[in-house]
Formats: sequence, C-alpha cells, structure tokens
Amino acid sequence: MEAVAQKYKAKDYKSELKPIWCPGCGDYTVLNAITRALAELALPPEEVAVVSGIGCSSRIPAYTSVYGFHGVHGRALPVATGLKLARPELTVLVTGGDGDGFSIGGNHFLHACRRNVDMTYIVMDNQVYGMTKGQASPTTSPDWEGSKLTPEGTGINPFQPLVVGLASGANFIARVSSSDPVNMAQIIVEAIRHPGFSLVQVLSPCVTFRPEQAEWRDIVRTAVVDYTGDAARAARRLMTDDGFNVGKVLFKGERPPFRPEFEVTDGSVAQLEARFSL
Amino acid sequence: MTVHSVSLVIAGSGGAGVVTAGSLLLEAAANAGWYAMMSRSSGPQIRGGEAAAMLRFATEPVMSHDDSFNLLMAIDWENIGRFSAEIPMVADSLIVGDPAHGDAPAALLNGKPRQAALAMTDIAGRIENGRPNMVALGAIAALIGLPPEAMQAVVEKNLKRKGQAAIAASMAAFHAGVEAAADLPPIPRLPAISAAAAPRWSITGNEAAGLGVIRGGVRFVAAYPITPATEVLEWLAPSLAKVGGTLVQAEDELASINQIIGASYGGVPAMTATSGPGLSLMIESLGLAVAAEVPLVVVNVMRVGPSTGIATKSEQSDLNIAVYGLHGDAPHIVVAANSVADCLFTSQWAVHLAEAMQVPTIVLTDQAMGQSRAIIPRPAELAFIGQRETAKQAVEGERYKRYAVTASGVSPMAIPGTPGLTHTADGLEHNEFGTPSSQASDHLAQMDKRSRKLSQFNYGDHWADIEDFGSGADDAPQEVPLGDTAIITWGSSTGPAREALQRFSDAGGKARLISIRLIAPVQPERMAAALKGIRRAVIVEQSHSGQFYRMLRAFYDLPAETVSLHQGGPLAFGPARILEQLNQWSA
Repeated sequence: MEAVAQKYKAKDYKSELKPIWCPGCGDYTVLNAITRALAELALPPEEVAVVSGIGCSSRIPAYTSVYGFHGVHGRALPVATGLKLARPELTVLVTGGDGDGFSIGGNHFLHACRRNVDMTYIVMDNQVYGMTKGQASPTTSPDWEGSKLTPEGTGINPFQPLVVGLASGANFIARVSSSDPVNMAQIIVEAIRHPGFSLVQVLSPCVTFRPEQAEWRDIVRTAVVDYTGDAARAARRLMTDDGFNVGKVLFKGERPPFRPEFEVTDGSVAQLEARFSL
Repeated sequence: MTVHSVSLVIAGSGGAGVVTAGSLLLEAAANAGWYAMMSRSSGPQIRGGEAAAMLRFATEPVMSHDDSFNLLMAIDWENIGRFSAEIPMVADSLIVGDPAHGDAPAALLNGKPRQAALAMTDIAGRIENGRPNMVALGAIAALIGLPPEAMQAVVEKNLKRKGQAAIAASMAAFHAGVEAAADLPPIPRLPAISAAAAPRWSITGNEAAGLGVIRGGVRFVAAYPITPATEVLEWLAPSLAKVGGTLVQAEDELASINQIIGASYGGVPAMTATSGPGLSLMIESLGLAVAAEVPLVVVNVMRVGPSTGIATKSEQSDLNIAVYGLHGDAPHIVVAANSVADCLFTSQWAVHLAEAMQVPTIVLTDQAMGQSRAIIPRPAELAFIGQRETAKQAVEGERYKRYAVTASGVSPMAIPGTPGLTHTADGLEHNEFGTPSSQASDHLAQMDKRSRKLSQFNYGDHWADIEDFGSGADDAPQEVPLGDTAIITWGSSTGPAREALQRFSDAGGKARLISIRLIAPVQPERMAAALKGIRRAVIVEQSHSGQFYRMLRAFYDLPAETVSLHQGGPLAFGPARILEQLNQWSA
C-alpha cells in the first residue's frame, strides 16, 4: 500500500472479536486483505456490507467493523443481491467457502454470475468442509481419501469455479493465494472497483483437515499473462490451467451491471387503486 | 343474499372465449349496479383446453358460491364432464347447449337438471364476424335480467381498439342471443338496481394482496413464478415500479426469500408471494429471519397438496407448515385473509405487523380467493403502514446492541449506512450485540425477547372477524353472543359459513361467526371472550386432516359440544352442508 497518510487504516475495519479459526488458517490473511482493501478505497465502514452463509470463512462479517449479515448455508449471494438492489449506494462484499458457494449454493452462484449485480464475491477455497470436520467439497480432487464419509475418495472430478463463473457471465475473475495478502488486497480493490459481479477465488489452505495444502505456498506461481477482456481466450487459459496460477486478474468483462428496469414515474398508490375502480 | 342471487357457469373448450365472456359479464353486472364474483376452473393444458367461468350475481356483495348453479351455458361440450363435481346441477338448474355440438355429457345430468338448446354457432354464423360466446352472453343477460345497455358499455370499452365494426358485430351477436332467449325456460332474475350504487371495485384476491403490501409500504419484491400465486407478482411488477419500488425475478424460492431478507436488512420493506412447494423451500430462511429479526412478508396462495398436488385448485392445507414448519422454537406471525376483499386488508396489516415486530409474517390466502374476481364495495383507507423502530444515532461510549433485550422485545434496528452502529445480523444464536454465542443464558434471553415481542403486541380487534346473526344482531358484535351456537372458521371457508349463518338467521336462528385472521400467535383470552355463552361450535375448514380443528383443540378452550367439518380440497363446503349441522342442533 502507499505510504501516504490514509483516511482509514486496515484496523479500522476490524472488530474486537477473535476468530474461531485454527492457527495458520489461510482465512486470517483474507480478513487482513479485505480490511486493507477497504482502507485503500477509503470507504466509510457504514457504507460497506459483508454478507456470508455458513462455514469457517463465512464467519468473516463479524470479524469486520462494517455492516454484516451472517445467514444460512449457501444463500449469501441472494441476500447480497437483495441488499445491493434495494440499496445500490452500498458497497457489497460476499465471503464464503467452496462448499457454501459451489455445492449447496451452486445454483445461486450460476445466477449471480449471470445477473451481474455490482458486488464482489470472495471465495476461500480449501477443497474441504472444515466446520463439519473434514469432508470432501465440490473442489476436492477425486482421489482424496482423508474423509470418513468418502474413505476411498469421491471419484468425482472437481468443480471448476472460474470456468463455470466465466461461462455463467461473471464480469471479473481473479485467483489469488492467501500466502500473498498484499497482492490479494490489490486484487480485491480492483474487484470492488470493477462494475458488475466480481469473482475472486482465494487458495486458502486448511491446516487442520488438509495439512498437505501447506505445500501450496511453494506451488503457486504468479500468472505470466495479464487479464483479457476476451471471454474465449480467458476460457482457453482457464481450461488449460492447473489451478495454481495466481496473483493476477484473469478476466475483465464490460457488461453493464444489472439494475432492474422500471419506468420512472411519479405514480401514487391512489393511481394504482383507480384502476380497480368502476 | 339467499333470495337475490343468481349463479351460472359458462363452459367450453379453449378458444371458445369462456373466461373473456365471464369477465365481460362481470363488468356488465357491475354497470347494472349488481355485485358479483367469478372464479375459474381449467384443465391441465398449458394452452387451450376446457375452461369454466363460474359466476354468482347478487344485489349485495358476494362472499361465496352457492350450493348449486341456476344455469350452465355450454358453448361446446369438450371435456366439460370433468367439471361436474365443481358445478353441481340440480332439478331447478338449466343446462343450455348448442345442438351443433351434440348432447350434454351424462356426468352433468345426475341431478336431473332441465335442458334446453340454443343454436349459438348457427346464430353467430348469420352475423358477419359474429361469435358464439357473444350469442351466449345475450341469452344469459336476457335470462338473468341484465339490461343490454350495461353490456353495450362494456363491449365498447373492451373492443375500443378493434374498432367500430368489431363492436357492432359483437353487439349484433349479443342482441341475437337476447332474442333467442325468448324460447328458453326461465331461471331466477335479479332486480335492476339504481345506477347510484355505492362506489365499487373489480379486483381479484391476488391483485388485492399485491395492492395491500404496497399500501403497507413494501418497496422490494423478489419473485419466482408458481401457480396460483404468480398473478400477485405479475400485478406487482409494473405497479411497484410506478411507486418507486423494485421487483426482481429470482432463480428459485431459496433465492427469492433470501433476496427479500437482504433488502429488508437494508431497510426496505420487502415481500414475496408463493404457494405450498415454494413455501416449503423458504422455510429454513424464514427461521433465519426469525433469528436475525428481519421483517418480511410471504403471501402463500394455498393450492392442493402435498407435493405438486393439484396446482390449479384450492385447499386450506398449508396451515400446519405455516405455523409449525420452522425448526427450533421460532416465534413468527401467520395471518389469513378470509375473502377476496380481505386479501387487501390482511396483507396490508401483515406489513404493519412484520415491520413493527421485526418478524417474518406469512399471509395465507388460497387459489379460490386469489384467482377469483369480485365486485366489492370500495375498500376503506387503512392506517396500517409499516413502521420499523430504527436506531439512528450512536451513543457516545456505548457499543450498539442490535439485539438489546427490551421490555417490548423489539430492539431498535440500525440500517446499513448509519454511522457508528455497524453490527452483524446473525442466524446463529447471539448475545445482545449480535456476537455469536452458545451460552444458555444468551439463548434463553434472546428466545424470551423474540417471543415477548409477539405476545405483548396489541393486535386489536383484527385477530378475528366476529359477527352475530339473528334478530337483534347489530353490526358490531355483542358483548355476549345472541345465541349459544358458533361457527369457528378461517380463510375461504368463511364465505360459505357466513351464508349458512344468514340462512340460519332468516329461519329464526341465532348464532355467531368467528373467522380467525391472526392464526399465530394464538389469542386464548380473546377467544375465551368471544366464546362466552357459546355451548356449541362447528369448526369449518378445507383440510383432509382437520389441521385447523386440531390447532384450535391444542390452544383454545372449545365448547363441550364441538363438531369438526373438514374435508380436503378442491371442493369447498357449500353453505347448505354447514347449515345442515346448525339445523341438527336446533331441531
């Protein structure tokens, strides 16, 4: 971040609450990056809302000092959609995990990308259900045998959130690593600034149920090419990608954000009633 | 009303213009100073298919269909036998069919109705661009005493865009029908009413529910289509825009309920409308709205269940899910409209209740009232506007308590955008600040608070419609009922119950109607007062398992002699069946 005196500091966006996360969890740096990004944007805390569903990463709203809404499992995106459409002047972020967003909330994910309401969706992907103590999620590889629920692996190919997000119409797509919070904050700033639905996938290791993910820190590499506005090129990149190209925006679209169309009239309830009158 | 009413059905295949004819007739009846109600029944086909428009005309507001119909005007016979259970024809009834389409199906003839022929196709064929349904309308008008001028005005208004030739062709066919009716046997006629009748509206229950929530202050609606609730949303889409509101089509009911939670958390009163299957999907999130204390309204237009059931037909069987469906102890409000007109009052009241108590409120209506159009006296202006208690300013040195434990149970709510009052609203159990907590003391304190705000609220007289029938009855209910008999009912069963009581009192009986509007929370003290002196009660509902009766038994002290009249939909209890029970007691 820049050295000049800022109106807000990252800590101004943090609450007093101590997170329930395990020591070493990737979600700590995501929380830090979000608060840094908000400080960089100098957004008054009361004009920001963070919405979430259920899961470890869905606890983020209460750890911030902005307006928060912690709803039920899988439904963060519709809550955020209603909030943003009813209160367009608010900056709306959605935080959650891979299970919340891509499994139970999968249909909302498709339609949030498609609808392109101006909000930023930050998904902490650790390829596991952590809160329920370690089951395979939609992004888990098929041969992962670490769960009592699927002791021989799921045998199902992982969900490709960025490919699906692109195909569904997300207007901004990026992948970042929790091992680089400064870069992550910059990408989140860009995501918030970009109009429409912005999707940020964070590789955020689960140290407890997927300790092998500690290696991610060494595997991830900064993507070599800059973003494209061409969805076909972005698709080709994402389809040939091993999932560890991070740190850059992959796609920026130019679709205008969704706003419900309605005729601007100075109608009154009395006028509505007059139509029933005989 | 029992004397001054005529009931008739217009039926035919798709394209016969049955519903159009019914709508024209309804409007013409209003022009003539009458009141009317029209419900529709149709086959399962997406487009076309057999349809029936069921109408009742009267010189007073119509609350219910009669036990049978005076007239069936069949433009053709295609699959009309399927409606036989819904359109009872008795010995006095008259079935009029077109000889060009053959004989009436046997299923319609069990009650041995009179039959007559009207060559609608032939007559229409002799008029350029004449249509059989307009010939039928002419015959109906002549039979029931509807002045032709009343229809002329309606045809001119509705066919204005099609030009003078179309109007002339329609009216020529209409007048040919009037003339041909001279050869038909008579049915009861309604007396003409002076045109200076009180101001009236033509409205469906679904439109009324939509208007009610707008009146109450709703400015955000999320919509997922489902029969028979879609018209609420389709009416709201353009109407809401005219008053500066927003309607969004959601991807499913899980989304629509959560979108309105988000909008309402943002400070904008919000609602959605659905039917049984959609309500089932919304239940988990209704619990979220209870815990996070987010006000909202869900209008549930009941249809026959379980599962997909009969999507196009009515039943009062979502009472249990509306009252008990939420997991955990989840105090919320359930209100029920009891007529087409009352859909307006009850949905507006629901917004008021939801906002005042920061609680999700389910409004139960049903297909029978939702999709029926009625001519009603112009509804009164109502004072119920949603007003939420908000926190507007931070108190120096004090952290804002979103879920402050207060005497009323209602905690002032900070709306996003308000400086110094940021907090996280949570479906997890929480302390007063909104911080998640698994402490027993926090759970109990918050449970008490959420329950107290509902139990301490003053619902006034609107919890039920209480009406006394019999000589000496006044407009307002007496302190002590006139008789010792009561009907306790709710929703669409109220109309037939009212008519049964009218007939009962016409024959010298005295009895009380209690139609419960506030289903939950229950009001035992108010019910005890309403039942003072009542020795016998009949409970009327359209549910196979008697859900309403069982709920009453669980929460209220009912008279020792209580009879439950319950049956599954889609057929409603007619007034006669209810009257039979009252008469058994007075015999």
